[in-house]
Amino acid sequence: MVDQVIDMLSDGSSLNLGIGIPTLVAQRIPPEKGIWIHSENGVLGVAGRPTPQSVSATLINAGKETISVKKGASFFDSAMSFGMIRGGHIDVCVLGGMQVDAEGSLANWMIPGKKVTGMGGAMDLVHGAKLVIVMLTHFSKRGEVKLMHRCTLPLTGKGVVHKVVTDLGVFTPKGESFQVEKLAPGVTESQLGMPDGLLVSL
Amino acid sequence: MTSKVFKDAKAALFDMRDGVSVMSGGFGLCGIPENSILEIRRLGIKNLHAISNNIGNSGRGLAWLLKEKQISQATCSYVGGNPDLEEQMLANEIEVTLVPQGTFSERIRAAGMGIRGFYTPAGSGTEIAEGKESRTFDVPCLLELPLTADFAIIKAQKGDPYGNLWFKETARNFSPLMAMAAKVTIVEVEELVELGEILPENVHLPGVFVQRIYQGNDYENTIEIPIFEDEK
Repeated sequence: MVDQVIDMLSDGSSLNLGIGIPTLVAQRIPPEKGIWIHSENGVLGVAGRPTPQSVSATLINAGKETISVKKGASFFDSAMSFGMIRGGHIDVCVLGGMQVDAEGSLANWMIPGKKVTGMGGAMDLVHGAKLVIVMLTHFSKRGEVKLMHRCTLPLTGKGVVHKVVTDLGVFTPKGESFQVEKLAPGVTESQLGMPDGLLVSL
Repeated sequence: MTSKVFKDAKAALFDMRDGVSVMSGGFGLCGIPENSILEIRRLGIKNLHAISNNIGNSGRGLAWLLKEKQISQATCSYVGGNPDLEEQMLANEIEVTLVPQGTFSERIRAAGMGIRGFYTPAGSGTEIAEGKESRTFDVPCLLELPLTADFAIIKAQKGDPYGNLWFKETARNFSPLMAMAAKVTIVEVEELVELGEILPENVHLPGVFVQRIYQGNDYENTIEIPIFEDEK
């Protein structure tokens, strides 16, 4: 999954990584790609993790985890941080999700009556980045496929997702269906748990 | 000339009253005004409208006030990681308004900058668009209005007697915006320095936005999720 996302990044591009699965991408990006990682709490140029000697309580990412920064990094306030996103200056944004649909809509901030995490920056992040990638496990813990015709949970954004990366493959929302771009090694379309009209084959 | 410098949190928060709205800086627990929050707890002020990205986290920060049921209304963007808030929200003990984080920060900035409203695509086509004026430019957008407050309580690493501030690393987040937006901004600093010690080109927030400043003490500076480099 992580490698599929890294393949989509051009050298030198700026990248925002959401909380959860997308943070795994940070650790695997080859330094020679020269990617500038943005975290919406106000930093551009996230490098990796600190050592117990270099750790700082005031240096965290949007997941509130400790980080380190690389040479050339910058810090700024939250309005400028979201201006970078909204203004189209961040090339790629990778978010987690609970559901994503063929129309390119994403749901990732609440399950009515059960769980409310809040949208955080997700509703802003899905507008503005040139490439919006949703990265999620193909099936929920209850075995339900997360790629659907229309999301049933409250939306984070409507028609905003460009690519979907799951543990089983890479997909492009086309409006009424998902185009299969790639399948993970050994995976066949019948294992995707998606009804016939929802899938356009490779 | 009256001085902006106060002795401590108790002196600086002398006119906090029940029912006021308070913006509180910080992202999670990073950059939170610990001394001012603890003083509000000590004063036992009730019915607060708290405006803050997380309203505390992991049982700390504004969660100290949640535990004492001092907050009746909250405006924030994220509840995850704050069990005190989530619990009171699901029990309908507190009125919570969730705002997308970029809209939240821009509404606060707008209040401080005299902008009467702005259009943003964030939230269009979602539940939060309900009841809002919308207009299509290149894409559908929502009209968002400024967000202000009676007080802002914020923390900076360094400040001088005029209120010029310098923030450390990612502790800046919402604090300078809130300082611009609130009627009265109360700043606590780790280091109260002489005028001129923060070079003009290094001032992150000019002192004109600050009404009161004091030297804080006993900072916890809690790290919520410490993760270290693999030692290979």
